[in-house]
Amino acid sequence: MSEPVPITINVNGRKRSAMVEARLLLVHFLRESLNLTGTHVGCDTSQCGACTVLLDGRSTKSCTVFAVQADGSEVQTIEGLADGDELHPLQDGFWEEHGLQCGYCTPGMIMSAVNLLEDNPAPSEAEIREGISGNICRCTGYQHIVNAIQHAAERMAQS
Amino acid sequence: MIPTAFEYRRAGSVAEALSLLQEGGPEAKLLAGGHSLIPMMKQRLAEPGLLIDIGGLDELRGIQEDGGEIAIGAAMTHAEIAASDVLRAQAPIVAETAANIGDAQVRNRGTIGGSLAHADPGADLPAVMVALDATIALLGPNGERKVQAEDFFQDILTVDLAEDEIVTGVCFQACRSAAYAKLEQRASKFALVGVAAALSLDGGTCSSARVAVTGASSHAQRLSGVEGALAGASLPGGAADAASGAGDALDFVNEDLHGSEEYRRAMTAVFARRAIEAAAGRS
Repeated sequence: MSEPVPITINVNGRKRSAMVEARLLLVHFLRESLNLTGTHVGCDTSQCGACTVLLDGRSTKSCTVFAVQADGSEVQTIEGLADGDELHPLQDGFWEEHGLQCGYCTPGMIMSAVNLLEDNPAPSEAEIREGISGNICRCTGYQHIVNAIQHAAERMAQS
Repeated sequence: MIPTAFEYRRAGSVAEALSLLQEGGPEAKLLAGGHSLIPMMKQRLAEPGLLIDIGGLDELRGIQEDGGEIAIGAAMTHAEIAASDVLRAQAPIVAETAANIGDAQVRNRGTIGGSLAHADPGADLPAVMVALDATIALLGPNGERKVQAEDFFQDILTVDLAEDEIVTGVCFQACRSAAYAKLEQRASKFALVGVAAALSLDGGTCSSARVAVTGASSHAQRLSGVEGALAGASLPGGAADAASGAGDALDFVNEDLHGSEEYRRAMTAVFARRAIEAAAGRS
């Protein structure tokens, strides 16, 4: 049996230290140790993207990373996206364009879109669809999600 | 979906990783991006007692070009490979193939070394490495060993890599006239059939070619019949003829719910033609 491992991860700008079992997945560390339950577990098989967070700025399925691998890294979750009461343009876009129905996929969808718009601030519709292809939504048929990301891209280009 | 308990060690250098591998023996596994290993551990198809994290090692990173030879460190992610200006200019097949692996999150974590060492029968990069006649660099307790890609891939999930060795990188000659075409499984983007073609062209005539398939069979392998038929062929017009027997020549063909053996054989010829045409169009 393995000994607990000390880790320190900067989560949403705050250093969080803990002793964890090496097999603890990052998503469980976020949800159960830090109570950051905005990051969802959907399929738990690296397919659906509901658990997507930014790990050192890159979209990552947190069900497929051990918390120990993120030791010393920066993690951003959906809870860290808004600036106080002001929604991030992507959160605003999902609100304005009705980019969700049940909302289960939304945190992961938004975190993927953050990475997408950082790499490509003015994506075409096809590029948006490819960019979120690691995130599965069972409600919307994706059209409103695409609209939401376009809305955010336009707003971010103006500011 | 909780893996069995294991000990985790983050190696500070390749040398330390090698000694940890020796210490751990058959219980030890290397971890970089973890996007093949961790899903297997969650299903308890793999239950290593020791995980040695080499993902952040600078020694395994970088993309260099020197006198027409390109070297990629094993820990480079698919996203980094896809974004590399050197690869886009000098070996676009590699950047394009990496850009179409899985999805964005998978590309942000998965590494070239991990993909090659794991050798999933549907992985894209093995076929590209075989077509480019790449050399895979391995480091073990007795020093470095270099293996040609076509000899490295041996069977399903089986490569010429000893328990105490680490894949440190790959190198190959720059090549513009090469392309990869795949029929992908829509959800995973793994190749049901993927063909990589690297051509030597003299005007519209192919002087020699290396063509390799993945997804169709147990492991990435050359399509020597197609290569032979391409020698002296005029392209792109001669691509269909050269590719026509590609699928029938395979000894063993995978069969699953995504595609029958017959379908994969037929698609091998189709995607061989598309890869050859795309490569010829690039010169």
